[in-house]
Amino acid sequence: MIDLKNLTIATARKKLDAKEFSAVDLAQAYLDEIKKKNGELNAYLEVFDDVLDQAKNADQMIARGESYPLLGIPLAIKDVILIQGKKVSAASKILENYIASYDATVIAKLKKQGAVFLGRANTDEFAMGSSTENSAYIITKNPHDTSRVAGGSSGGPVAAVAADLALGALGSDTGGSVRLPASFCGIVGLKPTYGKVSRYGLISLGSSLDCIGPIAKNIEDTSILFNAIYGHDVLDSTSINDTTYEQIIVKKDLTIGVPWSLVNGEGINPEVKENFTQSVKKLEKLGCNIKDISLKNIDLALAVYYIIMPAEASTNLARFDGVRYGLHVDGKNLLEDYLLTKRQGFGKETRRRILLGTYVLSHGYYDAYYGKAQMVRSALKKEFARAFKEVDIIATPTAPFVAWKIGEKSDPLSVYLADIFTVTANIVGVPAISLPSGWTEVEGKKLPLGIQFMTPHGAEELLFEVGKKFEAITDRVLDSR
Amino acid sequence: MNIKDVENLAKLARIELSEEEKKELLSDMESILGYVKQIEEVKVDVQPSGLNSDYNVWREDILEPREFSPELISGQFPEAKDGFLKVKKIL
Repeated sequence: MIDLKNLTIATARKKLDAKEFSAVDLAQAYLDEIKKKNGELNAYLEVFDDVLDQAKNADQMIARGESYPLLGIPLAIKDVILIQGKKVSAASKILENYIASYDATVIAKLKKQGAVFLGRANTDEFAMGSSTENSAYIITKNPHDTSRVAGGSSGGPVAAVAADLALGALGSDTGGSVRLPASFCGIVGLKPTYGKVSRYGLISLGSSLDCIGPIAKNIEDTSILFNAIYGHDVLDSTSINDTTYEQIIVKKDLTIGVPWSLVNGEGINPEVKENFTQSVKKLEKLGCNIKDISLKNIDLALAVYYIIMPAEASTNLARFDGVRYGLHVDGKNLLEDYLLTKRQGFGKETRRRILLGTYVLSHGYYDAYYGKAQMVRSALKKEFARAFKEVDIIATPTAPFVAWKIGEKSDPLSVYLADIFTVTANIVGVPAISLPSGWTEVEGKKLPLGIQFMTPHGAEELLFEVGKKFEAITDRVLDSR
Repeated sequence: MNIKDVENLAKLARIELSEEEKKELLSDMESILGYVKQIEEVKVDVQPSGLNSDYNVWREDILEPREFSPELISGQFPEAKDGFLKVKKIL
């Protein structure tokens, strides 16, 4: 029996190379665990039927003396990332039977290393949501309290990793979709610098915001996954390379900026505030200088986000029209084909955002909404650049509250508010990470809390650096299981 | 906003909606727009900038082998004839 609970990507690598167990043994252990728990947690939409074949291939590579960080490592892939020959539905009915015709760049990179893909993990439809309640198929449950949401939109891959149904995962983060569930489920989630990881083969939501991000149990594993997937790609015109941004030298004495006015704002749960205050004290003890920073327009980030994202989403989703691929509902003429296909194929939240995006882009409202939002976005970028002249890192809680009860939030706006701390990194394009910062007990259950760190563009290494220090002194729910 | 506006947007977005959905969407949109409207008040003196670069990104126009084939793509067509995508007449 492999002890999955205490296994990490780094330790599994050593054990695989030392032939303590084979990639097939490891894959089988995860398949067994999935069989036991996925029925309740709904982390996966589909478990692939060739998992053991992939693992056999990895074992053959190991036998040939090959070794890569992710060789034989079983991963969950969010259902918005294309794997050639496999279904990818974005958890939408409109792509229910769509089969990917090519590999996403991140998948091609992982395949080269011999990683094993366990299955496609659940998400909010088209990654639109903060709880994975918007999936057209199933609602993913939080492994720490199954009456609560796992967070979203990468709820499936995150729950899979938190419940030992995968050793690591890839998600996508448009406004917090990797970090928020990571916070709710007590693991680590990274949103890289915009453009650092190729978006080729990622089903688009908001193209100027979307990032593929790694999900793992700890910082070391997160950095292993990140190092495997980043890099310039000619197939993504927004892709960056190592020289795009100035190299950040990791200093010994770090200064951490905290936008206290935002943290102390309305709607932030007192336990979250208390935990965050304690975390900041811990960072101080670690030798970090803490500085109160004010970012003039940071409280507008969420409003900016909920204009730009739906605008881009409505444009991106126009392609799902029943003509070239995906669902096709036949009508009397071409227009009716469109109307009926989109009606049957798109869920509630997706329609809401398409209409919202259509509105903010329409004649007469464009300047007031989209145009203005782009201006505030530029202002925010400048404010962040200024702030990073004074501080090395910016810290906030990841989420304003703990995971909510399934079905508890019926008003869309109240769900959007969950993204208050996370959207800014996407708007500005900087990297951000969420890691466990402790927990609070609610109704007899330990619910994880998370802290978010942001650094200047291209400075993921600095996130891993501070993350490792913080991780070493933090009680995690995952360890107390 | 009123129901007519919702109907117009749905028409632009090519989505058919039931009467009940229209009502629901109207109230959702009013609440969301009420929130995002706060950016109207702000005075910012910056011009929007590009993403990572303010110039066009090109790649050389060279034929390169890709792993996908016409068969893989046409296999996803809802309707096909002789390897071509079949659609209803437009005019």
